[in-house]
Amino acid sequence: MIELLKDTNIDFVGWRKKAFIISGILVCLGIYAFIMITFGKGNISVDFTGGTNLQVRFAETVDVGSLRSALTDGGINDVQIQEISGTKDFFIKTKLSDTEKEKISDKVSSILKGKFEGKKFEILGSNMVGPGVGKELKKYAIIAICLALIGIIIYIAWRFTLISGIAATIATFHDVVAILGVFYILDKELNLLIITALLTVAGYSLQDTVVVFDRIRENMGKMKTKADFGNVINRSINEVLSRTIITGISTLIALGSLMALGGEVLFDFSFALLIGLIVGTYSSIFVASPLVMLWRKQFR
Amino acid sequence: MLKSLKLRFILVLIFLVISVIFCLPNVFEPKGALKKYLPSDKIHLGLDLKGGMHLLLELDTIKLMENMIDRKLVALKDSMIREGVRFLALDKRNNTLSVSIRPEQKDKLYNIIGKEFPDLKAGGSDTTGDTLHLSFIIPDNEIAGIKDNAVRQALETIRNRIDQFGVTEPVIVQQGENQLLVQLPGVKDPQRALELIGKTAQLEFKLVDEDNITRFQGGSVPEGSEVLTMRTRNRETGIYTTTSMLLKKQALLTGELLTDAKVRIGGEFNNEPYIAIEFDSEGARLFDKITAENVGKRLAIILDNTVYSAPVIKERISGGKASISGGFTMDEAKDLAIVLRAGALPAPVKVVQNITIGPTLGQDSINKAVKATFVGSILVIIFMIVYYRLSGVIANIALLLNLLYLLGAFSALKATMTLPGIAGIALTIGMGVDSNVLIFERIREELRLGKTVRAAVDGGYTKAWVAIFDSHITTLITACVLFIFGTGPIKGFAITLIIGMIINLFTAVFGSKAIFDLILMKYKPRKLSI
Repeated sequence: MIELLKDTNIDFVGWRKKAFIISGILVCLGIYAFIMITFGKGNISVDFTGGTNLQVRFAETVDVGSLRSALTDGGINDVQIQEISGTKDFFIKTKLSDTEKEKISDKVSSILKGKFEGKKFEILGSNMVGPGVGKELKKYAIIAICLALIGIIIYIAWRFTLISGIAATIATFHDVVAILGVFYILDKELNLLIITALLTVAGYSLQDTVVVFDRIRENMGKMKTKADFGNVINRSINEVLSRTIITGISTLIALGSLMALGGEVLFDFSFALLIGLIVGTYSSIFVASPLVMLWRKQFR
Repeated sequence: MLKSLKLRFILVLIFLVISVIFCLPNVFEPKGALKKYLPSDKIHLGLDLKGGMHLLLELDTIKLMENMIDRKLVALKDSMIREGVRFLALDKRNNTLSVSIRPEQKDKLYNIIGKEFPDLKAGGSDTTGDTLHLSFIIPDNEIAGIKDNAVRQALETIRNRIDQFGVTEPVIVQQGENQLLVQLPGVKDPQRALELIGKTAQLEFKLVDEDNITRFQGGSVPEGSEVLTMRTRNRETGIYTTTSMLLKKQALLTGELLTDAKVRIGGEFNNEPYIAIEFDSEGARLFDKITAENVGKRLAIILDNTVYSAPVIKERISGGKASISGGFTMDEAKDLAIVLRAGALPAPVKVVQNITIGPTLGQDSINKAVKATFVGSILVIIFMIVYYRLSGVIANIALLLNLLYLLGAFSALKATMTLPGIAGIALTIGMGVDSNVLIFERIREELRLGKTVRAAVDGGYTKAWVAIFDSHITTLITACVLFIFGTGPIKGFAITLIIGMIINLFTAVFGSKAIFDLILMKYKPRKLSI
């Protein structure tokens, strides 16, 4: 029998003050990012802002700088270009969207034809979103997140206690906001797929929290004396620690291969999941459980 | 116990066989007699994997209402002339028509309105001196109905056009109040498809205003006339040029009365395609009358406010046949014939979202995603075996069952697989692994407490079940919310998760537990390889 961990007895609850400071910083960062994003700052995909995103593949190597100046000269101001490393592909993003008179992808195509004579290229894909569509999408995304959170609070409150429900939701919120912050700092694009990743992380983090809570619930039953709730929590977390680690490793393996082999689009997605895996595991141990303890003290 | 074990195995097997049968078409094509009895649908690939075009169109409802009130105005005018109501003024504003008449003709007017315009409501009246000003409005509920109808008509028209254009498995649905979602998987020429779908295709016949040509050249446009551009193609160079043309505003005939439109080759310029159109009896009668009354004048043929040709009427044309030429290429002529046959959209549409994914990108994505998923799965399988030994093998069998069920369910439900969908599968498998880890860690704990193998396995499953159930249900809640409120890719992710969570819960109880029970029952091992 291989065992990575055996009979650990780590005082997780004792670290709660340090953990709360770290979490406080993470959440502040995330909220800052959220506010900036709400005001349209940061790298937001055309899904939400309106505009056009093109993926262009050249047959020969092309310099980003010359591509940028070619497009700017051609009348597409406000253009963001991202080179996909290891390929001759580029993402070209602009706030402009199609009008009745011209399509942006046609315009880019004709500019490139003129400026890069002889160099063959292909527009692999395009995503044009008219102004106004993004607003609707934003509205639905926010409604979806709020409803999901409420649903989860109700379910966990029913299965455990209301305090647990709220603590689990805070921990989940903490994770989602933290990823948002990391993405903002790294200037990664926030698109629909990343929103999907955020929600997946929410699910993952919840699962982690539920597993810990389940053990606390079970151990509460065993330890009749209410003497030290902190001990119950510590013991529960230590008991599920090996599961946390093993599941973490296997998820890491899967995410690692997605990041290494899944291509540019899946890379960001799995990167978000990776941060989520780390933060989610951390939060169920250091945020959700200590929160429950803190409140129980207050209420007693 | 044995009986229920048998029952569980039978259940697992039944689902397995069903899943495999539904998965089969993805691997090979059934032939002969088999073809009749086996399902033949492959897993539908989403646009992001297959390539294609995703369009969100918005029907211009403001223009729609303008057109509506314009038509009512013309019709009311005609009726009043016919019934002998002398009106002093006739005007429109927003959804209101205002008429000024002599008071004694009030009853006659109300008669016309009541008989021919039941959807108009009397607004207000006002008398100045000898004149009665009346207004008629289209009530709000009528407007809502008109808009609703228009969206449905647009949907139908676009569906017709796409069917004739020939795209397999198109998706054409209404979204929101006045938006249409169109998905064309694997479409080869997105540019052409977009033009075909987006064309309003309002065909009109108007007379060229030749009486006022000098005034127009002086720069002024007389009342009752308008300026449109005419498009001509140079037959040698293929370059298009446009010129302005002065026309009578009133359309003598519209495309509504068309019954057929076909591409023909020949005529004036030998190898050039043109479109032969046919009118219904009402259209034929009108066309006959128009041509008879206007011999020697030029009749402009206008599509979406662009003049395609303006031939001189040489003689009266009866029989309801006409042709449209305008230097078309073959593809253009074909598409034009399609839109004319399918009918006009009730109002112009605006493209508000256009995602086009080339087949290269789709293939790239699918290759990479499949490769990454495959490598990831193999690594996880190896990890499970290394860490949990024989029990790891059982867990892997359960995971394989999971995957087969998932693919079977996907095929059976005709769900669409998208890139986020593949991510959803990865998450499902991840949670499946977690369920097994939870169970095995529990079993180890029980074993450490000195319980027998049998008791440890039973205890491990029972105790882990609560956590597994709760965590899957919370994920299921999230997935359901995403499914309801998500669009496009998010929906694809949500549906995978929903199916995945249900299957996970099923295999967590019936899959690996059944195998464990069988082994424990048959071999009664003293030690467990875990």
